[in-house]
Amino acid sequence: MKLSNRTKVMEQGEMTLAERMYLPAIVGGMATTLKHFFSKPVTIRYPEQQRYLGPIFRGHHILKKDSEGAERCTACGLCAVACPAEAISMVAEERKPGEEKLYREEKYAKVYEINMLRCIFCGLCEEACPKEAIFLRHDQMVPVFSSRDEVIYGKDKLVEHMDQRYLRDGWK
Amino acid sequence: MNLLTDIFLAKAAFIGAVFAITLGIAAYSTYFERKIAAFMQDRIGPDRAGPFGILQPLADAVKMFMKEDFIPANSNKWLFIAGPCLSMLTALMTSAVVPFGDTVTVGGVTFDLQGIDVNIGILWVFGIVSLGVYGILIGGWASNNKYSLLGAIRAASQNISYELAMGMAIIAILLFTGSLSTKAIVEGQQNGHWNIFYQPLGFLIFIICAFAECNRTPFDLPECETELIGGYHTEYSSMKLGFYLFAEYINMFISGAVMATLYFGGYDYPGIDFVTAQFGSTVAGFVGMGALIGKALIFVFIFMWVRWTLPRFRYDQLMGLGWSGLIPLSMYNVVVTAFGILIGKPFTAGIVGFLLLIGGMVVYDQLFVKKKIA
Ligand code: SF4
Ligand code: SF4
Repeated sequence: MKLSNRTKVMEQGEMTLAERMYLPAIVGGMATTLKHFFSKPVTIRYPEQQRYLGPIFRGHHILKKDSEGAERCTACGLCAVACPAEAISMVAEERKPGEEKLYREEKYAKVYEINMLRCIFCGLCEEACPKEAIFLRHDQMVPVFSSRDEVIYGKDKLVEHMDQRYLRDGWK
Repeated sequence: MNLLTDIFLAKAAFIGAVFAITLGIAAYSTYFERKIAAFMQDRIGPDRAGPFGILQPLADAVKMFMKEDFIPANSNKWLFIAGPCLSMLTALMTSAVVPFGDTVTVGGVTFDLQGIDVNIGILWVFGIVSLGVYGILIGGWASNNKYSLLGAIRAASQNISYELAMGMAIIAILLFTGSLSTKAIVEGQQNGHWNIFYQPLGFLIFIICAFAECNRTPFDLPECETELIGGYHTEYSSMKLGFYLFAEYINMFISGAVMATLYFGGYDYPGIDFVTAQFGSTVAGFVGMGALIGKALIFVFIFMWVRWTLPRFRYDQLMGLGWSGLIPLSMYNVVVTAFGILIGKPFTAGIVGFLLLIGGMVVYDQLFVKKKIA
């Protein structure tokens, strides 16, 4: 029974004269490689040139602030629960009176750490967050680290700066 | 006496220059091999060492020198060292008889742009090229390793098989020139009477054999990762390995120069009369040297081009092609050439012979070879 009509019967009979002489095939092959010799390379000089990886590339994490500059995260821990690599840990703290400008909710993350050696950049933390606080930026990657001291990213490296706000392409 | 020392000095300077050019070209061949490979595979290639990566050969040389120079305990120490030296030596010696240019006059001294003009020039090339296989054979044997030995045996049998056809192809050239001297061969081809027009078949045979002699793809069977690890240089490291690899590139350049000499008019180039009349024969001689090197470099490019196009032969295919393909073909070529010289029309005979051959193969194919069941 045929599943599709695309079956091709391959038969290896005697080679024709031209095939036995190799040379026509060799010339044809050399024409192909010469064509590629003059075509544009598909690779790029990576660290100097970079490609746009799309609006949904999952790169460096960022802890967003709201438009007033208050941190959105409420230390609910849902991202840590969702994280399959158990890369996130945090310490929660109650917001003191007078700190409303700094933290949006009454509870906030005093410490928020992501272990970048564990993280697999799955983006589940972003999916889980009810406060739209954590995102994986599409335009920046976590840099290569050379020592174990560098792998834990605290709030100093994660929290968004108001002067360089992160905007995903789809949000504009 | 004074004249003698002047000529001696001029020759020494020339040989030094050829030596430097050969080494420089071989070193940069390694770079261009990678670049060409990259371009043919739509990549960019090495570009980290210096602008466009042009310092890559230096980096390679430093790497090679810095590696540990290891000699296996059970190897034959002296032969193990002699192997790469011999490869390098024979690779460099061939260039002695290649006529790089016509006679030039520098500072009142007149000399040939050629290492030595011996009357056995072509035999010299052959002798040295066949000695070249000793470098591989000795290296493979001295390593005391079965893979090395197998690789060396492959190299030896391959070189011997293809030398026969190569020699036969050259006999046809000798019939034309009537001299073994490379200089005479080139002089016979001046003003555009290049041998390639008279000997298309001979050139085809010669270039295929040159590929085999240089152990280049599609005949690079002596090294074979899947079957033989590194082949004859499995046990080699550091600069000894570097010598082997380097010798291959030198061989490539030299065989390009030999092919240019034998089939493409050597230092002949279109417009040589004009340059001679305008600037004198010395300038014309040096331009001719450039022309020869240019031709040789085109061959080097073809070597690389083929390498990045073709897969390799199987070993029995290699032997089949050599013994039952190229040797009968080259014999046919000798007969046709001799006939052409006998009737005094070598050009017509060459073309007619080529067409007859193709016609004969087609007829044979129609009559005797089983067809594909359509
Ligand atoms: S991206 Fe995935 S692995 Fe990384 S912190 Fe978020 S949930 Fe965990
Ligand atoms: S980032 Fe989001 S999910 Fe994680 S603790 Fe903060 S609010 Fe909760």
